[in-house]
Amino acid sequence: MAAADRLISQSAAELAARLSAGEVSAREVVDAHLDRIAATDGVVADGDIWAAKSADALGPDDVHAFLQVTATAARDHADDIDRRRAAGDELGPLAGVPLALKDVLTMRGASTTCGSRMLEGWIPPYDATVTELLRTADIVVLGKTNMDEFAMGSSTENSAYGDTRNPWDRDRVPGGSSGGSASAVAALQAPLSIGTDTGGSIRQPAALTGLVGAKPTYGTVSRYGLVAFASSLDQAGPLARTVEDAARLQTVIQHHDPRDSTSVPQAAPDVLTGLRDGLEGVRIGVITELQGEGYEPGVARVYQQALERFERLGAKLVEVSLPHAAYGLPAYYLIAPSEASSNLARFDGVRYGLRVDAPTAEEMNAATRAAGFGPEVKRRIMVGTHALSSGYYDAYYLQASKVRTLIARDFQAAFDQADVLVSPTSPTVAFGLGTKTHDPLAMYLNDVATVPASLAGIPALSLPAGLAEAPDAPGTALPVGLQVMAPLLRDDVMYRAAWAFEQDLGFDSLPVGPRALTADNGEVAR
Amino acid sequence: MTAVEFRDGWELVVGLEVHVELATNTKMWCGCSTVFGGDPNTNVCPVCTGQPGALPVVNEQAVRDAALLGMALNGQVEEHCWFHRKNYFYPDMAKNYQISQYDVPLIHDGYLDVEVELADGTLTTRRVGIERLHMEEDTGKSLHVGDTGRLHGADRSLIDYNRCGIPLLEVVSHPDIRDAETAQGYLRELQAIVRATGVSDARMDQGSIRCDANVSVRRIGDELGTRTEVKNLNSVRSLGRAILYEADRQIAALEDGGTIRMETRHWDESKGVTETLRVKESVTDYRYFPDPDLVGVVSPPAWVEEIRALMPELPAAIRARLADAGVPMAQAITLVSGELMPWFDEAVAAGADSQAVANWLTGDVAGQLSTEGVTLEDSRLTGRHLAELIALVDDGTLSTKMAKEVLAGVIEERGAKGPAAVADERGLQQVSDEGELRAIVEQVIATNEATVEGIRGGNNKAIGALVGQVMKATKGQADPRKTNELLRDVIGS
Amino acid sequence: MALSPDEVRHVARLARLAVTDEEVDALSPQLSDILGYAEQVGEVAAEDVPPTTHPFALTNVTRPDERRPSSSRDDILAAAPAVEQDRFSVPRIVAEEG
Repeated sequence: MAAADRLISQSAAELAARLSAGEVSAREVVDAHLDRIAATDGVVADGDIWAAKSADALGPDDVHAFLQVTATAARDHADDIDRRRAAGDELGPLAGVPLALKDVLTMRGASTTCGSRMLEGWIPPYDATVTELLRTADIVVLGKTNMDEFAMGSSTENSAYGDTRNPWDRDRVPGGSSGGSASAVAALQAPLSIGTDTGGSIRQPAALTGLVGAKPTYGTVSRYGLVAFASSLDQAGPLARTVEDAARLQTVIQHHDPRDSTSVPQAAPDVLTGLRDGLEGVRIGVITELQGEGYEPGVARVYQQALERFERLGAKLVEVSLPHAAYGLPAYYLIAPSEASSNLARFDGVRYGLRVDAPTAEEMNAATRAAGFGPEVKRRIMVGTHALSSGYYDAYYLQASKVRTLIARDFQAAFDQADVLVSPTSPTVAFGLGTKTHDPLAMYLNDVATVPASLAGIPALSLPAGLAEAPDAPGTALPVGLQVMAPLLRDDVMYRAAWAFEQDLGFDSLPVGPRALTADNGEVAR
Repeated sequence: MTAVEFRDGWELVVGLEVHVELATNTKMWCGCSTVFGGDPNTNVCPVCTGQPGALPVVNEQAVRDAALLGMALNGQVEEHCWFHRKNYFYPDMAKNYQISQYDVPLIHDGYLDVEVELADGTLTTRRVGIERLHMEEDTGKSLHVGDTGRLHGADRSLIDYNRCGIPLLEVVSHPDIRDAETAQGYLRELQAIVRATGVSDARMDQGSIRCDANVSVRRIGDELGTRTEVKNLNSVRSLGRAILYEADRQIAALEDGGTIRMETRHWDESKGVTETLRVKESVTDYRYFPDPDLVGVVSPPAWVEEIRALMPELPAAIRARLADAGVPMAQAITLVSGELMPWFDEAVAAGADSQAVANWLTGDVAGQLSTEGVTLEDSRLTGRHLAELIALVDDGTLSTKMAKEVLAGVIEERGAKGPAAVADERGLQQVSDEGELRAIVEQVIATNEATVEGIRGGNNKAIGALVGQVMKATKGQADPRKTNELLRDVIGS
Repeated sequence: MALSPDEVRHVARLARLAVTDEEVDALSPQLSDILGYAEQVGEVAAEDVPPTTHPFALTNVTRPDERRPSSSRDDILAAAPAVEQDRFSVPRIVAEEG
């Protein structure tokens, strides 16, 4: 293995250790990852900012995880870190480690498009709090990643800038909406990335690309500078190849922020100290309503094997019920679009972004929004507008908000019996590009297992549980995700359970394209 | 509530919606300045220009101000209220929704007692119920480019977001108002209370207080008629004119067998008419829902009492105090609405007589200031100056005429010199010294034999001529009363 | 519930989205499907259940009334599609506010 290959295949924790030991410079680490991006992503690798090739110009193996790569800024930042390290300055624990940032978080000096034509070329006049925290931690942002438009989708096929491919099989989706952030890490273009999760947009892509992805407790990571989809659900979180890396990145970004009124004042949970404490005596709640039916056989089998593994590790399995979980998805698909219909009203061609000229302001607004938004965004704006309109509010938005209360209560009751709850993350493994785009409702069903935790605001994480055969491609093994959920502000227990499981499974998260079924890669379900 | 006839068996029904722009340092949701009239788009940031990803955080002072004004209007403070989004598209609203309050406002069920002067000149009190007071945010300002300068006929509009996000309080009255005088009195009183509480300078000319009127008419005893909303009322006077015009228009329409459309009308001050702005074919669907970017506002009793303790003396109480001091109501109203109370209280504290102070402040002081073209503030005239001036008149040092000159002097000097100093400097002082005046009087008598004879012959009127002579000799500074005494005395002897 | 083409047009007007007849014809069944699915929430008995708008029942999150530096005007105007006299320029406004 060449030195550069070693660098890109290492975890953030390993890189951080080698960086602080002076074995490698931040500049070398960043260059190795930029080279990987240039070789695998399909970008025009020149100039200060590398642009992604247009969808039709992409090669068959190009991942297309990035919308733009801030190459020069990344190199300068790396050089600066190396200088300060040489000068003996105090640096952050992940200083010099590169990261891919979802294009829904604002960052000065580069455009933030949210995967939409509406914001093509928009340079935000301010940094998101998450972006500031990354910089303070001396983490080097490599660029902005592709996503479903305004984070609405489960496949990243709703991006206005072309599909992101799944590194495990370039003909399959990486999941969504944080598909770019997931594929970048799975394709070894970055050891870490930031995604955002509203109904599963970090966890489901993590599951489909064999990664660890966490949605922290709602309110522990600031939403300031996160372009809103559904304000009461949106939460930024880490994607990584190991549980420890995810925990380390979450530690960097969870921070009380006076600029976000919904930021929780409580001290953020310490997810690192007890990480290795193991599962002895930990009660694992198995959710009756979130297993079996509706899941691909391969997914169901890997899940069953995961439960057995937990028991072998000394955990106590308890069956718990979330009676209203079945109503989570319907409630979610009323609440999220309602908030979105209002949050996206500001895109009107007046202050920023696209404008389509017309004789009157009203026609200009309507024409701009018609041209700037894609079909899925329009659908959700329409659903939300209808759900809030007079005569429907009570039956739709209000009723859904009450169901939300009941789901939160279900979780509280379940957590009296169990320390963490588990379920499959996604009903399916990565599906083929274009296979679900024709049927919006079918696409929504990907979120069935992830939305309950979103509605309750509790922390939830997906980690690889093994491989399963793709139903539509015998012989192709694809990652299956296991979801671990914990009570509000108990992200620490969630990480602890995930770490113990990961260590025992020994999953190799490095994809080498479609691979043969082998038992030496964790559990493989036939 | 008993019906009040407007005319010919018709009753006028008016409710007012008043917007008060708070005088906080910063906007409702961000740290931008609220100063009036900055260069366009200079007091703006990601939050108040609705940049993607920016979030609002409530200005604590705005909530305190809202609670204080609410209590000044006898309202109840809601224990737990929250903010809603009012969704509608308009270019001057950066987010295309306004953060406001909907089902649960901070303040509910208040009232305002309004003093109204009846036709016969007597005063009566009318109570106007206040349904609610809620917190919201102001919009930006649009400059309409085109021939008219107004929205109609403009071919484009230019938007300045400096005003966008400034805290607004909306005070909604019940439709309890039955005549234009009460509407005007309500607005004047509300303005005075807003100023007394210090939450806003309440300047209609700068839009820091704005008033819309909901006007309808009905035959006495009938159900409420269809109302129209009248906007662009830029003064208390235009409020009164607009209500009367609108009432007559509606009555005329109905008497011709016509109907009233539910619509918003624009008051044209120059033409003195209201014109259709837009017809509300159906009630606009604002799709209110709780703002997920903000959390609830809880007002525990202890906090409410803490705010209540900050309540200043309110206009009604001040007027009552003045009445007890014998100040006529008309002057009392001027003293309060003209914000003259600090000067009044200082002068009285310095020992001056309340009624004398009221006379000076509402009379000559006001007059002098307008001729000088300065505000009382800028004139540097103090209450102590007034007390001193009044004392000089009382002890006969100055005649009233002289006192007015001295007042003018003090104002010209911008308070650098007090009344006594100004009087000295300008040699303004009545000659009331017995000896000095007697000498002059005897000299005048000696040189006016004929007149004196006439007087002795019983022609008392002629004494006036001699007084004139004495005044002439003393350049008008002789104390007229004393001069008279002395003349009679000398002639009589 | 089914959303008729006219209802779709009404909603599109509220949402200020220009829609072609083709889009209306496509959206009508799609929105009907989605709303039909979402309507399941109605099966839950929740009369006296309070609605949840936040996972945390936070209250009284405020900031002191202290000025913070505003953005530079150029920064804010830089992204504007049309600027005139240091203001955001929009075509003739037809509807009145509210």
